[in-house]
Amino acid sequence: MTPATLTAQPVASPHAHGGNSVTRTMFRVQIALVPATLYGFWLFGWPSFFLWLLTILSCLGFEALSLKMMGVKRIKATLFDGSALLTGWLLAMTLPPWAPWWVAVLGGFIAIVIGKQVFGGVGQNVFNPAMVARVALLISFPLPLTQWVTPLPISSMAAPDFIHGLQIFLGNQTMPDAMASASLLGYTKTELSRGIDLLHSLAGDHAPVLSWIGARSGSFGESASLLILGGGLYLLATGVITWHTPFAVLAGIAVPAAIGHAVDPGHYLSVSAHLLSGAAMLGAFFIATDYVTSPNTGQGQIVFGLGIGLLTWVIRTYGGYPEGMAFAVLLMNALVPVIDRFVKPRVLGRDRKGKPLDIPEGKGA
Amino acid sequence: MGFMNLFKHFLGDDWGVHPDDHKRPAADQPVRVMPVPAKLYLPLQQHLGGPARPAVLVGQKVKKGELIAEAQGMVSAPIHAPTSGTITAVTEIAAPHPSGLTLPAIILEADGADEWIELQGCSDPFALDPAEVGRRVAAAGVVGLGGAAFPSAVKLTGALRAKVTTLVMNGGECEPYLSCDDRLMRDAAGGIVDGIHIMLHATGAQVALVGIEDNKPEAIAAMQAAAAGFDTVHIRPVPARYPMGSEKQLIQALTGIEVPADGRPADIGIIVHNVGTALAVRAAIREGKPLISRLVTVNGNCAGNPGNIEVHVGTLAEEVIAFAGGLKGDGIGLARRVIGGPMMGMQIPHWRVPVVKGTSGILAFDTAEVAEQAPNPCIRCGSCVKACPMGLLPLEMSSRIRNEAYDEAIDLGLKDCIACGCCAYVCPSKIPLVQYFVHAKGELAAQDRAKLRTDATKKLALQRQERLEREAREKAEAAAKRKAEREAAAAAKAAAEAAAKQGETA
Repeated sequence: MTPATLTAQPVASPHAHGGNSVTRTMFRVQIALVPATLYGFWLFGWPSFFLWLLTILSCLGFEALSLKMMGVKRIKATLFDGSALLTGWLLAMTLPPWAPWWVAVLGGFIAIVIGKQVFGGVGQNVFNPAMVARVALLISFPLPLTQWVTPLPISSMAAPDFIHGLQIFLGNQTMPDAMASASLLGYTKTELSRGIDLLHSLAGDHAPVLSWIGARSGSFGESASLLILGGGLYLLATGVITWHTPFAVLAGIAVPAAIGHAVDPGHYLSVSAHLLSGAAMLGAFFIATDYVTSPNTGQGQIVFGLGIGLLTWVIRTYGGYPEGMAFAVLLMNALVPVIDRFVKPRVLGRDRKGKPLDIPEGKGA
Repeated sequence: MGFMNLFKHFLGDDWGVHPDDHKRPAADQPVRVMPVPAKLYLPLQQHLGGPARPAVLVGQKVKKGELIAEAQGMVSAPIHAPTSGTITAVTEIAAPHPSGLTLPAIILEADGADEWIELQGCSDPFALDPAEVGRRVAAAGVVGLGGAAFPSAVKLTGALRAKVTTLVMNGGECEPYLSCDDRLMRDAAGGIVDGIHIMLHATGAQVALVGIEDNKPEAIAAMQAAAAGFDTVHIRPVPARYPMGSEKQLIQALTGIEVPADGRPADIGIIVHNVGTALAVRAAIREGKPLISRLVTVNGNCAGNPGNIEVHVGTLAEEVIAFAGGLKGDGIGLARRVIGGPMMGMQIPHWRVPVVKGTSGILAFDTAEVAEQAPNPCIRCGSCVKACPMGLLPLEMSSRIRNEAYDEAIDLGLKDCIACGCCAYVCPSKIPLVQYFVHAKGELAAQDRAKLRTDATKKLALQRQERLEREAREKAEAAAKRKAEREAAAAAKAAAEAAAKQGETA
């Protein structure tokens, strides 16, 4: 129930507006994702393009359906504010590039319907929709969600052509074993469990130096870490995000990783391996910075980011899953209302607790 | 965004917003003086506080500068005739307010002679008693010309009592589009500095800090030249950032001191006045002239020839616009009429409202400037939190207000909100946040009034109850007393009879 004076045409100031809009913000985030996405298309070929496209389309489709069922009047405006598109795009960045079509559709359904619309739509969801979908898919369908394809640049002879790519995408062909591979984190975890320490397991093809140029198996967000970082810096420069969250996330991963690696390099991965793997950059700059599911003050965002970073490192190092970013984000999402409750900006003329500052002695009318 | 701004942005010390100021070319145009119109409409309430009480009769002839309505109450200001002429009516006219409601006003028909009453100036204001300066400023009807229109004399005498040490002069003019203070500082810097000295004398403050935003280099240069040689008046350029001209923000920028939330600047030894007010104070003291005219900026994309106009108080905005060069294409494309600045000014339904003492601008905006759009849901981006100069959480406050949880909104700092509009200005979802806060404050004020009423009713009912009980008690007591008397009389009679009987028998 909204009072009449709030629904009427506003008469209150200000009469000027800065010109920022939801659509513009979402558009800038999408621009920032373009380089890494194009690189991913080149690296993993047609199947990855189909996956990206269908994930976005299914997100838009489920968004439209939900809005219609909820009786929202301005469906078009809400649909094309860019938020559903961005959710789909981010989800696609975290999926195995050759995942079959139903992963895209199911992922879109989970992200939009369960992750976002049941909470009341844009701005109301507690958890990051893309991460809800990513985690739900990973837990429900561990096999297709952990089958990473060896990079097969689209320019190479062995890369599937359009038709072949479509067949792979539609699941008519199983991935040849020779092309399947594990991500860096998955590989080292398996090797460690077999008693092979990092010094030996990382000696060959998995040398971290390859991580830097991005030609490695993994999701889009994982293989193009430096391009993601570039996109993140663009977001910082345009003021879409502030430094607090990404800095804190990366610090939360890097600090324990540095300590661990210094103590026992045979069992703890290096800082660079951590920062460039498991979509840490994507998580820090694009996922954890999601407006809706992160705290609304800079200080709160630092607490939030450090929590994500630390949890990510803990899950990767000690947990059952090789990757931890998605879990860490969801866990910290749940804490956001608590962080927001305790971390508030100081009001001018008041102390941190909200009490008015003291009026100096001897003055006063 | 300059390097320092970027640095501050990284530190998080970047309250406020940086709107396009749109001050030029209007600010660079020489001031045009508008002749007295045929009719002047003078609202009795042109200031904060109690409305003035008419001191003239319909049909009465008045001279320019003559008192036509006197101050009423502790915080109030008198009103003087802006020209000579005849009072034709004391009636209701359209108020310069979005509601289009009316308010009482005196209507003065000019006789064209523009004849002053005899003025009593003072050649040496510094020989006057500071309290006498305050009295003369009050008698001249001077109010704050920055927009809030608080009676200046109340502030001056209050400052004298509070023994303030610093006079902060507000030359910030942080509202976009407006340039009347800029123009005054360029054209009348000497007069302003003289006015500042008079104010220093009136308040007992030792030093004056004049804060001027650095987007007005000409004004800074002129003021520096005028203040050169005086070690009590310091010209201090401040970064151009809205709302730098807000009292608390300007004090913090100039002195580094924060005004306590439940205190006033005088509590920390500071008083703030607008630079235009200094000029009005000077005129009131040196020449004995009351405040009857002011500089008004006419601007906006629809204004034909933007600039600053010297206007008599009471002139209709319609006539000011016509004098200034009319509207482009006779007002085609006009999207919004605003009195004041674009950030805190008031939307008005039509131009037939008068210029009052606090009117700093008349703005005619086209659709590109007001970009009306239906609000979208909040995406919790936190832009408003970063922009808020008071350190509030506008997004949280508005969500509480939408659910009518006003108490929670107050806990979040609703009463600290200065309605500067930064939050709504940056909101990507175009949520009218200030509308929410104004609504809530109005609602709370209504609740307070209702509570006062019920309390009063309760008190009356209780008193009635007590009175009834007391009356009943008194009645019962009286009855008992009468009964006792009757019984006593009967007993006495019986005793007497018995005694008599005994006498007979004895």
